[in-house]
Amino acid sequence: MSDKKLPAFNGTKEQEAQLMEVINKHKQSKGALIPVLHEAQEIYGYLPVEVQTIIAEELDIPLAEVYGVVTFYTQFSLYPKGKYKIAVCLGTACYVKGSGDILDKIKEILGIEVGECTPDGKFSLEATRCIGACGLAPVLTVNEDVYGRLVVDDVPGIIEKYQD
Amino acid sequence: MENVTLKINNIEVTVPADYTILQAARSANIDIPTLCYLEGMNKLGSCRLCVVEIKGARALQAACVYPVSEGIEVFTNTPAVRRARKANLELILSNHDRSCLTCSRNRNCELQALSEEFGIEELAFSGENDPKLAIDDSSTSYIRDNNKCVLCRRCVAACDNQVVSVISCINRGFDTTVNTAFEKPVSEVSCIFCGQCINACPTGALTEKPHIPKVLEAIDNPQKHVVVQTAPAVRAALGEEFGLPMGTPVTGKMVTALKLLGFDKVFDTDTAADLTIMEEGTEFIERFTKQENLPLITSCSPGWVKFCEHYFPEFTDNLSSAKSPMEMFGAVIKSYYAEKNNIDKKDIYSVAVMPCTSKKYEAQREEMSSSGTFDIDASLTTRELAKMIKQAGINFVDLPDSEFDDPFGTATGAGVIFGATGGVMEAALRTVYEVLEGKSLENLELAPIRGMDGIKEASLEISGKEVKVAVVHGTKNAKELLNKIKAGEAKYDFIEIMACPGGCVNGGGQPIVSAKKRALVDVRVERAKALYSEDRNSALRKSHENPAIKKLYEEYFEKPCSHKAHELLHTHYTKRSKY
Repeated sequence: MSDKKLPAFNGTKEQEAQLMEVINKHKQSKGALIPVLHEAQEIYGYLPVEVQTIIAEELDIPLAEVYGVVTFYTQFSLYPKGKYKIAVCLGTACYVKGSGDILDKIKEILGIEVGECTPDGKFSLEATRCIGACGLAPVLTVNEDVYGRLVVDDVPGIIEKYQD
Repeated sequence: MENVTLKINNIEVTVPADYTILQAARSANIDIPTLCYLEGMNKLGSCRLCVVEIKGARALQAACVYPVSEGIEVFTNTPAVRRARKANLELILSNHDRSCLTCSRNRNCELQALSEEFGIEELAFSGENDPKLAIDDSSTSYIRDNNKCVLCRRCVAACDNQVVSVISCINRGFDTTVNTAFEKPVSEVSCIFCGQCINACPTGALTEKPHIPKVLEAIDNPQKHVVVQTAPAVRAALGEEFGLPMGTPVTGKMVTALKLLGFDKVFDTDTAADLTIMEEGTEFIERFTKQENLPLITSCSPGWVKFCEHYFPEFTDNLSSAKSPMEMFGAVIKSYYAEKNNIDKKDIYSVAVMPCTSKKYEAQREEMSSSGTFDIDASLTTRELAKMIKQAGINFVDLPDSEFDDPFGTATGAGVIFGATGGVMEAALRTVYEVLEGKSLENLELAPIRGMDGIKEASLEISGKEVKVAVVHGTKNAKELLNKIKAGEAKYDFIEIMACPGGCVNGGGQPIVSAKKRALVDVRVERAKALYSEDRNSALRKSHENPAIKKLYEEYFEKPCSHKAHELLHTHYTKRSKY
């Protein structure tokens, strides 16, 4: 975990009640951790220390182990998703067409790594597997919007569009 | 258990059916190299240095996890096996910080030994792990340098075995490291500093916080009156560092060596252990008579105390308020001893040699400063003392014996056995029984609370009442026992708990024993033998008979648990959070 500032945790009582329901549903079964983490991420959007601590305590699993599992699987996120979720396709076609450079440019502009979110909560960045739009390679999406046949110089303009 | 017969290198071997190939081979005196394997604790098959060829199997298999079966044919030394093992070791080495010459584990490193055994002369690969990983030296007790970590997970297993579990493997692939949750410095998590991880580590990734430099500085300063005390378990293991067989008591040579190193006075922590018994025994009699705050639980082990504070804060009132022997001695040296010898306590530098890394933490707890400054200025491990002796060019094995210095030169057998699990309880009962009954225990050796069972129980009748005691070692067993008490399934009056499995003889500051040797001998049993034999040969075997202790009460403390004793010899605890 880097020293980057995280947006403050603002989980609600309702979310915690939902989480407890999920935990109680899985508690008795072996291998409860991963399904609980999945559903917890659906509730909160990510898995901050506060949520992982509740899960560790309730499932009687060491927090270090919970954190180990969360950091092992890429689908778990320690950071909240931004208002605008940028996803860069790193599938084979996009990759050979230079989507790696596009990803680097976004990282450079936003100052975040893959999986992270800007401190203002506006943008989060993901690298995805093939999204099935190889004809448009290289491709990125911002929420539901798709941008294809990109070159690195297109990136600043795209980000600018969402600076509302 | 049923037996099976298999062939290893064309030799027929018959072993129990639940053996692994590794165990079968070792029982037939065939060596298979291992790195991540730690018998009874870590069995992952992840380092792939123990691969063997099995006739008919598709690929090479890890011997440490592959179960034996009837009729299989195993080959441990074929060209394919040698090639694979060597390549695997080269890959591990490629990511390892190979600064062997300046490493704390130089010549005592399993990775280095394997490299030599495998005849590695050149490295074919150069690793990815650059830039260097951050070194965590945040704690009072040990340093983690992940650049030397080989990801064997033996420390994780040791931490899990202590049910502390503050470390785990995090991230994946090249980014994998052994770390705490959210990569917090270890000083900020609920680590108990027992140091079992250090003893489990095959390399120099984990090392105690070095106190040698400040001790040498004090010795070299003519203004300082440098005193040293040595814990019972140190004498049971120090000899191993100089090639003596495990379990050889080296008390006399150790005292001579400490004097040669330039310490002004060499005292025996056993004497303070006798003092602890007087205080803790009296505290027990008081609580037992009033039936208050029972069970009384011992507090000599700082790892256990920290475990209790973090994981079972509801039991902190049960902890004996008596300080550990080290800290009692620290307080006495900077008060009674200073006054009696007309030395300004500011000029006293008080060193302890301990089998323990948690003692480095205990020494820096703010409560442990009854003299106005820290009562203990430095706490060396057994390993550090051995290093100091080697660095001073002292030929340890040939040293003559010397006696500890007065006024704390006498100790009893009761104090000596503190270093083994059950020892504190046995010592306490020898005294408590005699105080309450007015006569000596018939048999001083309490067999039911000796030995390596995880939870030991005994009950004895003292002045018409049954006293139920329990002894546990290793915080895993402590957790089990305390949960039973919480659930109302067990009830005791007096409990001894030591953080480390086996007690202090197997403490986190003791000489490193390789995984291979640990699989062959029970380190805890062998070292404890040295202490029990010293007890048996002692003229005095009960703490209250120690003339040094009697004098200390006459001249200074008046009686156990007096006002002055409370001021200097007792402490308090803090409820802490688990996260």
